[in-house]
Amino acid sequence: MDNEAAFDKFKSCTVEVLQVKPEQVTPDARFADDLDADSLDLVELVMALEEAFDITVDESELEGVETVEQAFSLISSKL
Amino acid sequence: MLTGWGPSGPDGGTPGRRVAVTGLGVVSNAGIGPERFWEGLCRPPEADERERRVSGFDASAWFGPKELRRVDRSTQFAVAAAEMALADAGEVDPDPARAGVVMGTGVGGLSTLEAQIEILHDQGPRRVSPFLIPMMMANRGAAAISMRLGWRGPCETTVTACAAGTHGIANAARLVATGRCQAVIGGGAEAAITPIGMAGFTNMTALSSSGISRPFDRDRDGFVLGEGAGALVLEDWDRAVSRGARIYAELAGAASTADAHDIVAPSPGGAGAAACMELALADAGLPAVAVSHINAHGTSTPLNDAAEAEAITKVFGTPGPPVTSIKGVTGHSLGAAGAVEAVAAVLTIVRRQIPPTAGLVNLDPEIHLDVVSGSPREWVPGPLVSNSFGFGGHNGSLVLLPPDQ
Repeated sequence: MDNEAAFDKFKSCTVEVLQVKPEQVTPDARFADDLDADSLDLVELVMALEEAFDITVDESELEGVETVEQAFSLISSKL
Repeated sequence: MLTGWGPSGPDGGTPGRRVAVTGLGVVSNAGIGPERFWEGLCRPPEADERERRVSGFDASAWFGPKELRRVDRSTQFAVAAAEMALADAGEVDPDPARAGVVMGTGVGGLSTLEAQIEILHDQGPRRVSPFLIPMMMANRGAAAISMRLGWRGPCETTVTACAAGTHGIANAARLVATGRCQAVIGGGAEAAITPIGMAGFTNMTALSSSGISRPFDRDRDGFVLGEGAGALVLEDWDRAVSRGARIYAELAGAASTADAHDIVAPSPGGAGAAACMELALADAGLPAVAVSHINAHGTSTPLNDAAEAEAITKVFGTPGPPVTSIKGVTGHSLGAAGAVEAVAAVLTIVRRQIPPTAGLVNLDPEIHLDVVSGSPREWVPGPLVSNSFGFGGHNGSLVLLPPDQ
């Protein structure tokens, strides 16, 4: 899967779980401030991403993840 | 309504502040909103509705798309009924620290729990929703209402099975009567028509095998499962008058007793139910003879209706005041039922009519009550009693008065 296809998949999970518009899911968007996502929302998003990409993300890996870019790099590193 | 008892019981107790009913909200298969609900109560239900589901309920009127996925159907009902009631009450505008919410429910978010247990089995624990707990917990409905309104007084949930809606309203009213709160939303909500709920009630032989809800009928064979929510805005009477509120009724008395007998069967002769009605009347300072109408629990189960009838006869004599059960239309909405029926009782005051007991064709010869059936009956103004009884031996009764009495 190329990077663009992976980001599209990442974006569609984010849109579905956080009920935001696709154009809001930009690399510098912050989950809390820009996407109105609290900690439980992020847990649900990670679940959806694990499912979509067939990967496992440990809770400890999410520490410090605040932006879409950070989250996407974490996912990409596992592909 | 009393806020303290005398040395020998409610007689000589301390009268509390008067409690006004100023807003009504209801979500029911009979109709959403008091107008349509009332029309539904006065119209016989379609035959063969084994489940009395609420249709035409659009939760997106109350919740955004993201929020909607994170609240169980029971909470959606609770919020809808509460906000409907509040809008109906006009400018209540209480001090938020003295505004409360007390809701009743039997089980809380059962459909959410059931769906997540399936996910646990099929996909493992890592796929169980992080929203499971806040969606399924029984207190979510009340919590959602208080959060949305910013009401910061007592926010509690009463869990007494099928008596919860009545107890929720009673507990809410007491908060007004003591002066702790200026306004409280009291009610109940339930959405438990799910495969596991149906299987459980079916196997305990509580559900009607014929699929017909026919309270007090000689051929009644169990209840038909329903769902929904009811809510009342209860306000300090003097405050309601001074803000020019439209007062539908006075909540003049309430009581709660336990059978302490059996987990599902009522106590012999309906003793617990009779004690509850007597206590509610004492709370209101009224004699049984004054009562003009009883909105019965009347589930259509053989045991409940017989015990309730016996209890009513014991307290009110034969034939006693006209009795109705709206469960012929609504089925049994469990923890919502008492609240939905309290809305019906208040509407009887407003409309001056008693809705008929749908489904009743042949009154059980063992039941010596004047049960309203066929078509609505004109109501002779006076105090009303609304009853609820729940598995666990919980009994609840409310006493409502027309506002001009």
